Amino acid sequence: MKFFNFHLMPYRHADLDAIEKNGSAWVTFSNSHYDPKKGGDLYHEYLDQMELADRLGFDGVCLNEHHQTAYGMMPIPGVLAGALARSVKRAKIAILGRALPLVNNPLTIAEEYAMLDNLTRGRFIAGFVRGIGAEYHAMGINPVVSQERYAEAHDLIIRAWTEPGPFVYKGKHYHFNYVNPWPRPYQDPHPPIWIPSQGSSSTIRWAAQKRYTYAQTLSPIATVARFFQMYRDEAEKAGYTASPDQLAWSNTIYVADTDEKAMREAKPHLEALLNRFLKKSSVEMLLPPGYTNIESMKRVRAAKVNAKPSTIEDLVKQGVVIVGSPNTVREKLAEYQDLAGFNTSLTKTQFGSLPDDMTRANMTAIAEEILPHFRDRLPQGRPAVAAE
Amino acid sequence: MANHSTSMISVRGCNIKLMRGGSGTPLLFLHGASGAGAWLPFMEALAARFDVIVPEHPGFGDSESPDWFDNIHDLAYFYLDFLQQLDLERVHLAGISLGGWTAAELAIRDTKRLASLTLIDAAGIHVPDVPQFDPFIVSEEQRIRGFFHDQSKADEMIARVVRPETEDVIMKNRIAAARVAWQPRGYDPDLHKWLHRIDVPTLLIWGANDRLFPKEYASAYQKLIPGSKAVIIPECGHIPQVEKPDAVVTEMTAFIDQMKIAA
Repeated sequence: MKFFNFHLMPYRHADLDAIEKNGSAWVTFSNSHYDPKKGGDLYHEYLDQMELADRLGFDGVCLNEHHQTAYGMMPIPGVLAGALARSVKRAKIAILGRALPLVNNPLTIAEEYAMLDNLTRGRFIAGFVRGIGAEYHAMGINPVVSQERYAEAHDLIIRAWTEPGPFVYKGKHYHFNYVNPWPRPYQDPHPPIWIPSQGSSSTIRWAAQKRYTYAQTLSPIATVARFFQMYRDEAEKAGYTASPDQLAWSNTIYVADTDEKAMREAKPHLEALLNRFLKKSSVEMLLPPGYTNIESMKRVRAAKVNAKPSTIEDLVKQGVVIVGSPNTVREKLAEYQDLAGFNTSLTKTQFGSLPDDMTRANMTAIAEEILPHFRDRLPQGRPAVAAE
Repeated sequence: MANHSTSMISVRGCNIKLMRGGSGTPLLFLHGASGAGAWLPFMEALAARFDVIVPEHPGFGDSESPDWFDNIHDLAYFYLDFLQQLDLERVHLAGISLGGWTAAELAIRDTKRLASLTLIDAAGIHVPDVPQFDPFIVSEEQRIRGFFHDQSKADEMIARVVRPETEDVIMKNRIAAARVAWQPRGYDPDLHKWLHRIDVPTLLIWGANDRLFPKEYASAYQKLIPGSKAVIIPECGHIPQVEKPDAVVTEMTAFIDQMKIAA
């Protein structure tokens, strides 16, 4: 299994009571709560953690994009990927991903990713997402055309990377007389493309058809297993057998000497992530009109209406996160790998308000106690779960 | 109510719902972002004097969502086709909110089939430095609360409208509304430049307490549409035809009567 250190770069000094009072850490949570002196230090703290991940032997580091939120300080992840391109010497650098529909010129993403691919001499992984619903409030982009814009931007970027320029592109949302980006990607034909998703069946089908690596965001392991089986089924329909390397599980791992100590230490920071940083004030903020079809919207609405605040005990039980002693974490991770059939773990080692010393201790424990046991381990047995 | 019919009609290949009642000169009413809904008391009252025609816009409620529906201009041209197909002349055109915006977009293009224009708490233009309630970031219940000055009337509407069986149509309407009004939020940056083209008598009816398009919008429209008359209804929010139906019917009828005398 491959391990990536996935950082959300939360503004971990955020006043959690103020978030609770505002009802959300997104869009309407005033940036007057952001202290640039603390923020500047946090960027360096987090970049140092990414560089530590490289030295500790993680296979890669991951960044992502969110706007107008204390949940993550990476509206422009390419800035941080650029900062890491020369200091992360060995590991891959993944942006999971840039939200294509949010830009009015997708060629800027083709350019940015190609630059990073050159700068890292081919250690770059290109993630494409639509952004979560809140992004459409923050960025003033119409959610009704989000799916159309994503599809069109994706096609344009791939063509820009693979067809000799200049060529003419006239779409519904994007129009260019000259498509001819310099530089071209370093990797041939282009960097690997990874598709993170909350589990939309149309996204899973599309990713499988394109043979893109599918990354499942924060979900109970049983759900993850079902979505990964869906991907394998779609791959078979498309005429090939998917490899476990095409499936990545985005999780959170916290390791301490004993289960009890790990749970106690992780609890406030993990619960802050789930119940404060991730909180949206209304379903409408998370799911603006047209962001997804009416059926999916109703499903998510029903789930959200019944959602209770998450506790670490629930998250561990459902296999959303793995927290415990080295032995417990090894057992759970092996069990989950065999259940869901993935071969990449996108692991948040820092989460919520977790401070630097605890994050570094966690990263070191994972590198020493977990990674070596999984280096050559593939999913074993037949995946036990059938897709719906 | 008995005095109206509901049917589906096809306008240049697009199937839409049409409610129609009363007789007299035609009065075409264009609904707002919540869809055409039911035949309401103000429609019934107007039907005593007019042939009241209430289509449901493409993309909304029971109407079809055609592939060509991308923006407010598409709706404006659709209703020009609609007037032509039904061969309506000397039409009193009225619209609320998003429907008022559509009516204004139609009127800057062509008024030859219009006798008058009534804009009720209309979207369509932007007035700087006037805070506006954002109906898209809140729940359906909070959205309805934002419409009303009198919150007891909001309670009634919430009880009537926000039910599990209406979830699909509420979402369909919100998608259609977002399609035309998400960005820029509820206006067309070019509309204000051409409102001087409206050459039919124009009435602006506004709720004094509208939080979505506050009464400054009535003043702005009045400056932009030559000879237009503005009426501000006290203690009334964004949807006067529901919150103060009698006042709306009285003002519209009086305006049209006075127009006839002047002519």
